Amino acid sequence: MGMTGEGFPAITTRRDAVVAWGQKNSLWPMPFGTACCAIEFMGVAASVFDISRFGAELVRFSPRQADLLLVAGTVTFKQAPILRQIYEQMCEPKWVISMGVCASAGGFYNNYCTVQGIDQVVPVDVYISGCPPRPEAILQAVLKLQDKIDRPQAVPPAQFKVKEPQFDY
Amino acid sequence: MNNEAMLKTITDKHPRAIKGSAEKFGFLEIRVAREGIAEVVKTLWDDPELAFNVLIDMVSIDYSAYPGWAGERFGLAYLFKSLALGHRVQLKVAVPEDEPVVPTLSGLFSNANWLEREAYDQMGIRFAHHPNLKRILNHHEFVGHPLRKDYPITKRQWLSANESLMDEMEVSLKKKGYE
Repeated sequence: MGMTGEGFPAITTRRDAVVAWGQKNSLWPMPFGTACCAIEFMGVAASVFDISRFGAELVRFSPRQADLLLVAGTVTFKQAPILRQIYEQMCEPKWVISMGVCASAGGFYNNYCTVQGIDQVVPVDVYISGCPPRPEAILQAVLKLQDKIDRPQAVPPAQFKVKEPQFDY
Repeated sequence: MNNEAMLKTITDKHPRAIKGSAEKFGFLEIRVAREGIAEVVKTLWDDPELAFNVLIDMVSIDYSAYPGWAGERFGLAYLFKSLALGHRVQLKVAVPEDEPVVPTLSGLFSNANWLEREAYDQMGIRFAHHPNLKRILNHHEFVGHPLRKDYPITKRQWLSANESLMDEMEVSLKKKGYE
């Protein structure tokens, strides 16, 4: 953006830049909380850490009203079709944060019933490590995502790897 | 009532169903024949000196990897407690692999309904005359019984559909008088 002279009340910019600026500063998260990471997210939303400083405080519990899916917790194979359906119900543009090691890689649940990373079900933009992550880590993930919305060419695209066996919801 | 008297009361009423007994840490354990479990539990419930009115837990066991085991592959352990008299007892039932069917207790103890569904889901033990013997934890598309020792622990199965669970809800609503 560039400001013109003092006497001329207008700014020049690109449309993409304005839209991205609006999107990144008003993320509406939908928490898909299945385990203790969701409790940690409550701490992030509350006043001490205060996710509203980054414009992402308006937590919606309907996927139709949200553009940031925050998967917090262990996702089982029984839960995977539900997660996929919720992701598909969200309007474009939409982003996904995989919060905690269980959502990102299955965590220590290396067993028959846990999905080993939600990137096998939905595309993921930002992963957060930790069990559970510190609130600062979640805020950093929001900042990373804002960076990604602002400069899509500067960061890697969403991870989505369908492993064996193939599935079709 | 102490353990000896308890064992004597039960054995006198069901001499053929009782296969043996043991006492571990002061806790009476009675081995019961598979066919007679329902009658023995009925006695535990009815007899005023026994008065076992709580089924604390029901555990299914896979003995296939148990060191030095020569008995049947599966086992069930029922834990009962009497709230009025304060005593406990454990019943053990041996379940063969080729025909893992045990009479249900869900007519006597309501919580046996879900405990038996869990044993069926995870271990593959079936319960005769159970009102609703379907999987309780795993998805209905799941193949196999994951707590059996021969189920590979990391064998994962992708499932395609959400489960509505309305069939159970409708039964429950009807029971409570809603149509």
